[in-house]
Amino acid sequence: SSWFNWAKPVQLSREELTKKYIRSVSVDLNNDASLLIDIPDALCERDKVKFTVHTKTTLSSFQKPEFSVPRQHEDFIWLHDTLVETEDYAGLIIPPAPPKPDFEGPREKMHKLGEGEATMTKEEYTKMKQELEAEYLAVFKKTVQVHEIFLQRLSSHPILNKDRNFQIFLEYDQDLSVRRKNAKEMFGGFFKNMVKSADEVLISGVKEVDDFFEQEKTFLLDYYSKIKDSTAKAEKMTRSHKNIADDYIRISSLMYQQKITRILIYTHIVVTMSFVSLQKVEGRVASDQELKLTELLRYYMRDIQAAKDLLYRRARALADYENSNKALDKARLKSKDIPQAEEHQQQCLQKFDKLSESGKKELTSFKGRRVVAFRKNLIEMAELEIKHAKVRSSIQLYYICFIMCTNELQYAWGICKILCEQI
Amino acid sequence: MAASSDRNPPPFPASEEPETGLCDMADGDSDEGEDIFVNNSTPVAVSRGVSQPDQVSEEPPDLFSEEEAISTAPTLSTTAKSNGVHSDDENDLFAEAHVELSADECGSSAHKDPSSSGPRPTSSFTQSPAARQPTSLEQLEEEEAKDSFDVDVSVTSPEKIGDGMNAYVAYKVSTRTSLNMFRSKTFFVRRRFSDFLGLYEKLSVKQSLHGCIVPPPPEKSVVGMTKVKVGMDDPSSVEFVERRRAALERYLQRVVSHPSLLQDPDVREFLEREDLPRAVNTQALSGAGFLKMINKASDAVNKMTIKMNESDTWFEDKFQEVENEEQQLRKLHAVVDSLVNHRKELCMNTAVFAKSMAMLGNSEDNTALSRALSQLAEVEDKMEQLHQEQAASDFFIFAELLADYIRMLGAVRGCFDQRMRAWQRWQEAQSTLQKKREAEAKLLWANKPDKLQQAKEEITEWEARVTQYERDFDRIGMTVRKEVLRFEKEKAKDFKSQIIKYLESMLQSEQRLIKFWEAFLPEAKAIA
Repeated sequence: SSWFNWAKPVQLSREELTKKYIRSVSVDLNNDASLLIDIPDALCERDKVKFTVHTKTTLSSFQKPEFSVPRQHEDFIWLHDTLVETEDYAGLIIPPAPPKPDFEGPREKMHKLGEGEATMTKEEYTKMKQELEAEYLAVFKKTVQVHEIFLQRLSSHPILNKDRNFQIFLEYDQDLSVRRKNAKEMFGGFFKNMVKSADEVLISGVKEVDDFFEQEKTFLLDYYSKIKDSTAKAEKMTRSHKNIADDYIRISSLMYQQKITRILIYTHIVVTMSFVSLQKVEGRVASDQELKLTELLRYYMRDIQAAKDLLYRRARALADYENSNKALDKARLKSKDIPQAEEHQQQCLQKFDKLSESGKKELTSFKGRRVVAFRKNLIEMAELEIKHAKVRSSIQLYYICFIMCTNELQYAWGICKILCEQI
Repeated sequence: MAASSDRNPPPFPASEEPETGLCDMADGDSDEGEDIFVNNSTPVAVSRGVSQPDQVSEEPPDLFSEEEAISTAPTLSTTAKSNGVHSDDENDLFAEAHVELSADECGSSAHKDPSSSGPRPTSSFTQSPAARQPTSLEQLEEEEAKDSFDVDVSVTSPEKIGDGMNAYVAYKVSTRTSLNMFRSKTFFVRRRFSDFLGLYEKLSVKQSLHGCIVPPPPEKSVVGMTKVKVGMDDPSSVEFVERRRAALERYLQRVVSHPSLLQDPDVREFLEREDLPRAVNTQALSGAGFLKMINKASDAVNKMTIKMNESDTWFEDKFQEVENEEQQLRKLHAVVDSLVNHRKELCMNTAVFAKSMAMLGNSEDNTALSRALSQLAEVEDKMEQLHQEQAASDFFIFAELLADYIRMLGAVRGCFDQRMRAWQRWQEAQSTLQKKREAEAKLLWANKPDKLQQAKEEITEWEARVTQYERDFDRIGMTVRKEVLRFEKEKAKDFKSQIIKYLESMLQSEQRLIKFWEAFLPEAKAIA
């Protein structure tokens, strides 16, 4: 069954595509030569993924101009959390932490495939296994990319890229797990838990003094729920496309079999080929949609959550300031501890003002970033849809022609081969 | 598009040859010296009966021109126009190539002639295809060229008659013909589902005795019909009625394109007669019932004590092939069913996503982006429509094709069984004759003249019967062979035309998809 082999999913170009699409969810990253970060490779062992974080820098704050360290997902989370806990960064949108590598989907499918092996033909099984391996690989590539983008967001942020812990993360050539444990003991995840529980209530409850923030609050809360919904719906749509692609695989492998060829006699090859190529394209559509639209929505959903966190911190600072005012009034009334109360009130005010100023800047630039990224992705998505449709059209057209002129079968054989290789 | 004559094939890799399975031709004989893939330069130059010779230079039919729409029924899918089985291509090189092959088969063996067309042995079952086949296959060519456009039938305009549980659906059966045996050139009648079943009942009783493959009608469906009786308006009822209408149309088209069945007075009566007596006793013909009937016959054959020993393995091989095909088609049908369901799911998910996108667009504060997202929502809405049509295509063109042929293969198995029964009758007659002869011998010894006379008469009678049954068996064998060849030819044509239709419907979808996204692109570029 030699034809079957060259019809297997072309993993190389998928890799290219994955890289390109994931990176385009955020724009203008990793352009500054003073600090360039990437994850050139990663190793996947069972559940654990080991990323190789590679840094190239001209900054003197680093010990070497170029170096690499191995990191695990938990190290990224540690870095993210320490940044969130850092008071000085309260007025910044902290780039969202990369999601945990999730191989559950492909693994479950592999399991199901293994169970159903007895009911399938050898070709069908092989083909589906190849598809699953490609899917597994795609998940793997994607997780590498999201971790890379997280680091690149940090390196492009004028304030965050100077963070001491960030430098440690990039440079420290020992295992970070000791530091991680210590950090947990220090902070106890206190602030993070607080953020998670009360933010909605607090953000909506506080009386807003600034129109800008009032608008942002309304907008972000509403937009977040909508984009969360859209992300979920986009994922479902993508899954349907994948299911259809799987069906095409099974159809093409069934049609290939010797017994079926009797029915179609001359046309079996072309028909089989048509389904194989349709499947490849359909599978490609699924992954493109996934990567473009779904990933875009998912990414900005998390970013908006980070923006909401900023609003929360500011709301808390406002609440603190208001409380400090109340405390000052009380102190004046009781004529007790007035200087401390005044000082405390001043501190709260300063903190609140600083947060508001920095927050405004951050939210404005975030808006711009979002619009630019959406524009880029929507254009690319539309172009891809058109391209794929044209490819599918030519496939269908070719096969229609060849089915109609069967004496050309030997040529059809050759041309089908060429066509499939081009996809 | 000129896809035929000026094609220059790409440089072909050295010894690239298609699977040998392809060369294994329809009648199982190996094709030494008849490699069709080599002989493609003048395929049509070989022996032509009455088929048109100069088709090679003509353009293949324009893909996008409207087919002659026989059926005028409102169809669910715009693409499932005439799902006809009759050949619509006289330019069909495919058909000619196939017939040419078998003709060559016989042609070459006819040339080696006298040795192969030996005397008919009584106990072995070597057919002498050489002597008989050319006639029947030439006839086949003639008939085929003749009957392609002589009768066109369509089943349209389903109408619910009556109310409640006694309601039924009446269909308009229209015929257009140039044959003189009908009362006029165009006419129509109204028929209900049980009428179609009744026709099948009559035909199978008569024709299958001759080894004819009688096309089976679509199955009964109590669930489907009950829903329709309640109301014909909801989408699942509409789909059910359309599915049935299309299946009935294909059924009739298969019947009238069969040369022997077309001659049957029951068929003529079905097409022409205004008031057809209600068919009773159609219970046997639900889907399960039909299968049971076929399998019962197979079981009876398997239980036969005297096993047939065929020196001509054509029948055995072909039967095995048919069984395997049926199995494969069932598997394929299951997957296509899954495809239809997944496509419908995609429809739903796309619609839901479109709504969600619209909401997101409303929420977006950047004006241009907001507009683009709303446009995206509209595009996804249109995509849902496309997916809907594609699902209909998947179902009506592809899945139903497979379902039809699963049923047809059951009918093919049926006619093989008829041949076995005929053989059995012959064998039994022979053994009875033998017993009579032994009885006569005994009587000769016992010297009972009057009984002897009776015995002699009986022997004569049974000798005649044996000869008759032997002739019947031969005839059925020939018919089965002819029918199977014809069936395979029709099947290949059918699959080919349906697959083309399927691909065409996909192609049209793609064109529309391209238009939708091309309209969206400027909106996306306008974001600032």
